[in-house]
Amino acid sequence: MADTFTAITGPSSKERKYDRQLRLWAASGQQALEDSRVLLINSDGPLGRDSTGVTGVVGVEALKNLVLPGIGGFTIVDPAMVTEADLGVNFFLEEESLGKSRAAETCRLLRELNPDVQGYSSAKPIADLLQDPEFLPRHKLVIISGPTKSSSLQPLCQAATELGIPVLYTHSVGFIATFSLQLAAEFPIVETHPDPESTQDLRLLNAWPELAAAGAALADLGSMDDHQHGHVPYILLLLRFLEEWKQSHDGNVPSNYREKTDFREFVRSNARTSNAEGGEENFDEAAAAVLKTISPFSLRSTIRDIFEMSECQLPTAESPDFWIIASAVRSFYSVHNVLPLPGSLPDMKAQSADYVSLQNIYKAKARKDVDEVTATVRQLEFQLGRTTPAIPEREIEVFCKNAAHIKVVRGRGIPQITGASNAATIKTIRNQLGNPDSLIPLWIACQILDAVVDDIQTSGQELQRSVDDEELWQTHTDRIVNLIFTDDPAALSHEAREHIDEAILELRRTEGGELHNIASLAGGLVAQEALKVLTRQYGPLDNTCVFDGARSRSEMYRL
Amino acid sequence: MDTSTVVVPDQQGRWKHLYKALTKPGPFSDEDWVPGAETVNALESSKILVIGAGGLGCEILKNLALSGFKDIHVIDMDTIDISNLNRQFLFRQTDIGKPKAEVAAAFVQKRVKGVNITPYVGKIQDKDEDYYMQFKIIICGLDSIEARRWINSTLIGMVDPEDPESLKPLVDGGTEGFKGQARVILPTLSSCIECQLDMHAPRPAVPLCTIATIPRQPQHCIEWAHQIAWQEKRKDDPFDSDDMEHISWVYNAALERAQQFHIHGVTFQMTQGVVKNIIPAIASTNAVIAASTTSEVLKIATSCNPYLENYMMYAGEEGVYTYTFEAEKKPDCPVCGNLARKMDVDPNMTLGEFIESLGERAESQLKKPSMRTEERTLYQRFPPQLEEHTRPNLQLKLGELLENGQEIAVSDSAYTIDFRFRLIFK
Repeated sequence: MADTFTAITGPSSKERKYDRQLRLWAASGQQALEDSRVLLINSDGPLGRDSTGVTGVVGVEALKNLVLPGIGGFTIVDPAMVTEADLGVNFFLEEESLGKSRAAETCRLLRELNPDVQGYSSAKPIADLLQDPEFLPRHKLVIISGPTKSSSLQPLCQAATELGIPVLYTHSVGFIATFSLQLAAEFPIVETHPDPESTQDLRLLNAWPELAAAGAALADLGSMDDHQHGHVPYILLLLRFLEEWKQSHDGNVPSNYREKTDFREFVRSNARTSNAEGGEENFDEAAAAVLKTISPFSLRSTIRDIFEMSECQLPTAESPDFWIIASAVRSFYSVHNVLPLPGSLPDMKAQSADYVSLQNIYKAKARKDVDEVTATVRQLEFQLGRTTPAIPEREIEVFCKNAAHIKVVRGRGIPQITGASNAATIKTIRNQLGNPDSLIPLWIACQILDAVVDDIQTSGQELQRSVDDEELWQTHTDRIVNLIFTDDPAALSHEAREHIDEAILELRRTEGGELHNIASLAGGLVAQEALKVLTRQYGPLDNTCVFDGARSRSEMYRL
Repeated sequence: MDTSTVVVPDQQGRWKHLYKALTKPGPFSDEDWVPGAETVNALESSKILVIGAGGLGCEILKNLALSGFKDIHVIDMDTIDISNLNRQFLFRQTDIGKPKAEVAAAFVQKRVKGVNITPYVGKIQDKDEDYYMQFKIIICGLDSIEARRWINSTLIGMVDPEDPESLKPLVDGGTEGFKGQARVILPTLSSCIECQLDMHAPRPAVPLCTIATIPRQPQHCIEWAHQIAWQEKRKDDPFDSDDMEHISWVYNAALERAQQFHIHGVTFQMTQGVVKNIIPAIASTNAVIAASTTSEVLKIATSCNPYLENYMMYAGEEGVYTYTFEAEKKPDCPVCGNLARKMDVDPNMTLGEFIESLGERAESQLKKPSMRTEERTLYQRFPPQLEEHTRPNLQLKLGELLENGQEIAVSDSAYTIDFRFRLIFK
């Protein structure tokens, strides 16, 4: 037996240190984190006169939130030297850091947070480091602190796309923060952690023989004493009453809302009310479950979409494990018209032994379904001539348990407003501009900041021009607004333009500088996304988030 | 505007980014706001109290120090545990066992030049109104609803309408896993912690008969070992959830019971979770919530942008989701309202059962209540003579003791105020 009375050693010191997070992503998520090194590109040259570059607090704060839970390691790339102004915004620098390499100093102080984590730093510009083809592939995720000039950002994102490495591109300026997540074209997730309420799959209308038999084996309710009657698990009650309903309804089960509410009344009317409690909890549970559980199995459209993807229909020897299993589950569905049973049973009023035997019926069926899917997986592995090790049984089991809630995110690149922007992205931006409460103007303002910085950094006059240059802002604001409305300039309303100008005004208040609070908040959000991407659990951002610290709100857009 | 006449510290220096935000108006800042030296001064002279030096508190102290606040106090009664290290970044392995407030204060004060942080190791209830009166704003990073309710009612009780300085804004943060919330409370003027109590309902308890006789889940076996077996076997040994030997004993007892009932899944981790009521916690969620509360403190102290009115909830499991809204001030709030709160009750329920239910009801959450009507005492826990005298009432039905719609005043030793409820028979 698995949980027999064996040596009781209690948790290891590592399990104790990470206890509060293991309850969210379990040992498998923790292992994924420990196998990951994160690359932070925290500045890429001065933003202009009086500036040593992006202060990069979002990046450092995000790393803090990743070092603490124990990623394997990180690399900080940052050519800047520590200045007085850094000490006013960056907690991972100290008085003695002044004049030293910011990469080395932030790396040193971040490493203090967790001895399990390896830290590396480089003061070379990222373009130089990318010359080494082995540099980027050492990392599982890249975080880039914007604004970054296009000639650095584009090749980096391109290289990351080719290697399938996700990228987070961030901005934190004054009270405003934005970031976007670039994922691979297909980013599958098995453990999405849906709300347990929504995952209940009891199959009362698709009962398999063993479950149906358990329902049929239930003794006559009328002959039970009050104690027995009040402890029949509600699942068996519903199976019994469904049979009775069918007899009086030409063999049909309740199928519409009206019939279901009638059926619920029928269930309720069978409860005994003459007892001391004036009712029965198990009948209350049964009645409450009617609307949710008396429905035939139906495949969610998101899963149907996954089944229709070519990766699922035509797996190859090189397909990742996910698609091989998805393909096997698809075959399972085409044979049985249901997904593999997840096998978990909610708690319900019942005697211990009755509950456990019902639970065993669900578990045994889930086991049987996993076995069937596993056989198909093995067959596929053989037919396709896969050379990789056999997919672990455990992975197939987890997939089957989550089959109704798997997700494939269609990753996109880091969005930018250029002449080559995706038409759908431009359309989303224009739609958002029609909503006076939208935060999209803040994102547009950050795009203009990128353009201003790009202009300064590529002009060869970094030390003469200022990031607060009125003329530069005018030029790039007009240019970018024109790009959004290129086919129909009249569509830009006066109000929308005013909102963009307001956003620019708020953004320019700190002349490109970060405020610690907002950077720290953005660092929390960015780390949250990094954790979800690295553990491949929960649901990552798709694909852009804007936080407005002036008005304490955030929004998400698919750009 | 002309900033050359006002004396502001060296813009090229340490605080140049922050001072820019404080010396220039923005499109969303109030039209009447005067940016400049006065604002910087308002910031630097604001004395701030941080309640809690844990996951949120560590972040809040760092954020306040790097937002230019100079005079910060922090209260926490706890000591550092190994399970804090995955997020409470001011603590190291070698700090385990030391008081959180002291270690956190010393760390931030050393790292950020010019900030003064005063720790107090103890309970918030140790301090009186005079103590709380010295602060400009109070910011909470707590995991206990009880402590939040205590400070909330204390601050509301301190408000003197004649004296604007007596109104202490309370900024509160809370997290659970990937979720959290930040809220701003202006005592007596806006919705308070008590008005919002039912938004944070406690988890329903497992019925005692399930635990005692018909366990079905591994958690039921753990509750049995914790609540029943311990009482039977180790009555004279007060249970300590931080004692590994105690947890191991409960784990073993739970495992044995689970085997007896053929229940699978009792683990050491689950035992600890159930017994200590552990809430999952990670650094990133704390960072988000702590920064959003500190950001509101900065805006309240300087008026550089509008502050949150008054609630932002955050959920990070599925992308980044926030919802910002104005929670309503309730006229029947037992703390800041002037009407008794309506409560539906079954007149056939005994007073004893009713008292028991107050612990679990989302709108009351009172564990050890005593109560009276205007005319008489229904049940009083202290002194013992009065307890004995009122004990027989526990067996009587509410319908026998009260009129439909009658008002009762409920007190609980955890709080300084009375809660008024109007009981409606259903």
